[in-house]
Amino acid sequence: MKQDVVIRTVCRLIVPFIQIFALYVIIHGASGAGGGFQGGVIFASSFILIGIAFGLSDARQRISEKANTLLSCTGLYLYAGIGVLCIVFGGNFLGYSFIPLPLDSAATRGLMAEIVEIGIGITVMAVMTSIFYDIAVKEDM
Amino acid sequence: MIETFFQSFFLRYNFYMAVIIMLIGLYAMIAKSNLIKKIIGLNIFQTAIFLFYISSSEVTGGTAPILMSDPGTVYVNPLPHVLILTAIVVAVSTTAVGLALIIRIYETYGTIEEDELLVQEEKT
Amino acid sequence: MIPDHLTILVVIIPMLGAYTTLLAGWVKRRFCFPIAMVTICIQFCISLMLLYQVMKTGPLHYNLGNWLPPWGIEYVIDPLNGFVLVVLLFLSLLCCMYSRRCIVDEIEEKKIVGFYTVFLLLIAGVCGIAVTGDLFNLYVFLEISSLAAYALVASGREKKAIFASFNYLIMGSVSACFILIGIGYLYIATGTLNMADLARLLPPLYGSTIIQCAFIFFIVGLSIKTALFPLHLWLPDAYSYAPSAVSALIATVMSKVGVYALIRILFTVFTPAFIIMEIPVMELFCWIAAIAIIVGSVLAITQTDLKRMLAYSSVSQMGYIILAIGIANSAAMTGGILYILSDAVMKGCLFMVAGAFIYSTGFRTIEDLKGISRTMPLTAVAFFIATASMIGLPPTVGFMSKWFIALGALESGQWFFVVIILAGSLLTAIYSWRVIEYMYFRDPDMAHQAAVAGANDPPASMLIPILVLASACILCGIFVTIPLEVIEPSVTRLLGGT
Repeated sequence: MKQDVVIRTVCRLIVPFIQIFALYVIIHGASGAGGGFQGGVIFASSFILIGIAFGLSDARQRISEKANTLLSCTGLYLYAGIGVLCIVFGGNFLGYSFIPLPLDSAATRGLMAEIVEIGIGITVMAVMTSIFYDIAVKEDM
Repeated sequence: MIETFFQSFFLRYNFYMAVIIMLIGLYAMIAKSNLIKKIIGLNIFQTAIFLFYISSSEVTGGTAPILMSDPGTVYVNPLPHVLILTAIVVAVSTTAVGLALIIRIYETYGTIEEDELLVQEEKT
Repeated sequence: MIPDHLTILVVIIPMLGAYTTLLAGWVKRRFCFPIAMVTICIQFCISLMLLYQVMKTGPLHYNLGNWLPPWGIEYVIDPLNGFVLVVLLFLSLLCCMYSRRCIVDEIEEKKIVGFYTVFLLLIAGVCGIAVTGDLFNLYVFLEISSLAAYALVASGREKKAIFASFNYLIMGSVSACFILIGIGYLYIATGTLNMADLARLLPPLYGSTIIQCAFIFFIVGLSIKTALFPLHLWLPDAYSYAPSAVSALIATVMSKVGVYALIRILFTVFTPAFIIMEIPVMELFCWIAAIAIIVGSVLAITQTDLKRMLAYSSVSQMGYIILAIGIANSAAMTGGILYILSDAVMKGCLFMVAGAFIYSTGFRTIEDLKGISRTMPLTAVAFFIATASMIGLPPTVGFMSKWFIALGALESGQWFFVVIILAGSLLTAIYSWRVIEYMYFRDPDMAHQAAVAGANDPPASMLIPILVLASACILCGIFVTIPLEVIEPSVTRLLGGT
């Protein structure tokens, strides 16, 4: 299958669109239908597609397992960081409106929720990809 | 008798289907000896619960709960959707753990049929 | 500023700790243990501070994201939570300390990073269950801790552990699904997920079929999680094939948190007015618990593997707590909640001792342990004390809790269950005395002489938790008034509805 020209070409074409769509879904998490988890899963699916079409080693070159670990930690720290930032500014955990930004309360909430969603998206993407690696690695051997 | 049954069935079609799907999942978990089929059964079971939740959030004539400019818009209840999103995440993680375990079972025992596994367990 | 936020920090810190462990393990594997240890130490201090504050000022409420309940998620700490949280974190601290040397033999080296990460995630989930005041949040944390437990059970080298873990996963997930359905029914009927709000809204609906259905789903789901008798089938395999440190952790922390969730849902969400007046479920609980006590002990007698025997004994010990819940008067509930402490302490100690035997000699079966007390005296003494507590000999904490449960049974005039409690103690004595006899009064078999003679008490990092727990069995029994000071207000709160 790895030699199949049609599959390789279609993959090459479609992967950027999947990723753009994933980013769209993540960014619209706070104001519309979408969110970090859905977007993250879509983003991960693009790597899984690469893994299926080009083989695992190719997917690993694009995003290695170490990068996955690092990204999943980054996402979680982003989430927890925003939460703790709220505590520092005198609110409760994830009490977004307490963060002093030159915006009104609703806009601050929206912005912060967006950042948290991005954190979730990064973590979900990394975790989903590494689950795929871990389960699929046995096939290679 | 039968007419009222049909009436109530089609009035609450989603809920009846949720129960039926749930039972299919339960059956697969109990009766199938292939471990992957058991995991699929578990997934079907969970999906039935998702269907049950989502059906409960229905409001007649309601639209997706995204804020519209028209103040008279009727929205469906968004909370079950959010809860189920979380439950889906849980289901995905459960499936991932289950599949990882099955891979390790296959590595150690060389089979994923439950009856063969039990025979091997007896021997050791 | 910080004291208000301790409630949330007790959940956030282990999560951050887990991921920090993952990153640190990437740099160097031996950083993992200290980070896990420090994390749990901080948590333990926080839980003590929380308990102190609750006893001083009354229940603490914390609104996540400043959303007022019932719209937002609320974390509530009352005396019961505070007590359970301290017990859980005390045990996790000791298990973590114990695991350092213990897992060297039992887990492949490259998995150690993952082990501590998942360990901390389990503790995060367990703490979450203990502090949350929101039903759906409880479900999520239950799943976090359960998933971590499945992974931990399968983490060892033992072949059978993987299949045991798979069975645990199927049973655990089905039970979680039942709980989810129960939550769904309650939400459809009342439109809220907050426990306090539910307790307020439910009384007019007590007659409705939806509520009764939801109740039954909760009971079945939580019975699987706590391994109540007919639904205990996943437990013996999972406990006996898991690495010893993990057995000690899940036998104490996971099962106790299940009991806590059961008590919380029975008494806080469905108030005593419902469970005693509307559905005759308490009677049923008493009978099932009685069967669990007897059958669990009888099955334990038939076992030859030490850890497996302890696992069946867990089934029977769980029966005592459920019996206390079933009797549901204030003396019995005091005994039941005290039993959470005593069972955690003694089961933790016993599983750790079993792990120490495996660590030093590699023996799992009881018959191989003949004469082991001569070369491992301290471990054997700890085993003896914990066993005495499990049988219920004074002055141990096990005696005090059984005493209260029996007192409760007498107060409500149910003589039969007093007989059951005594019979259970007798059976416990039979299966545990056999081990003690082998350890102290028999000479080792020829084949095992060299191994027994060469055995030593385990290294300090394993011995200290064992001895701490063994002395806790006695100290908590003698100074039983200290835990009772916390338990009594929580029992009054739980039964306050009547």
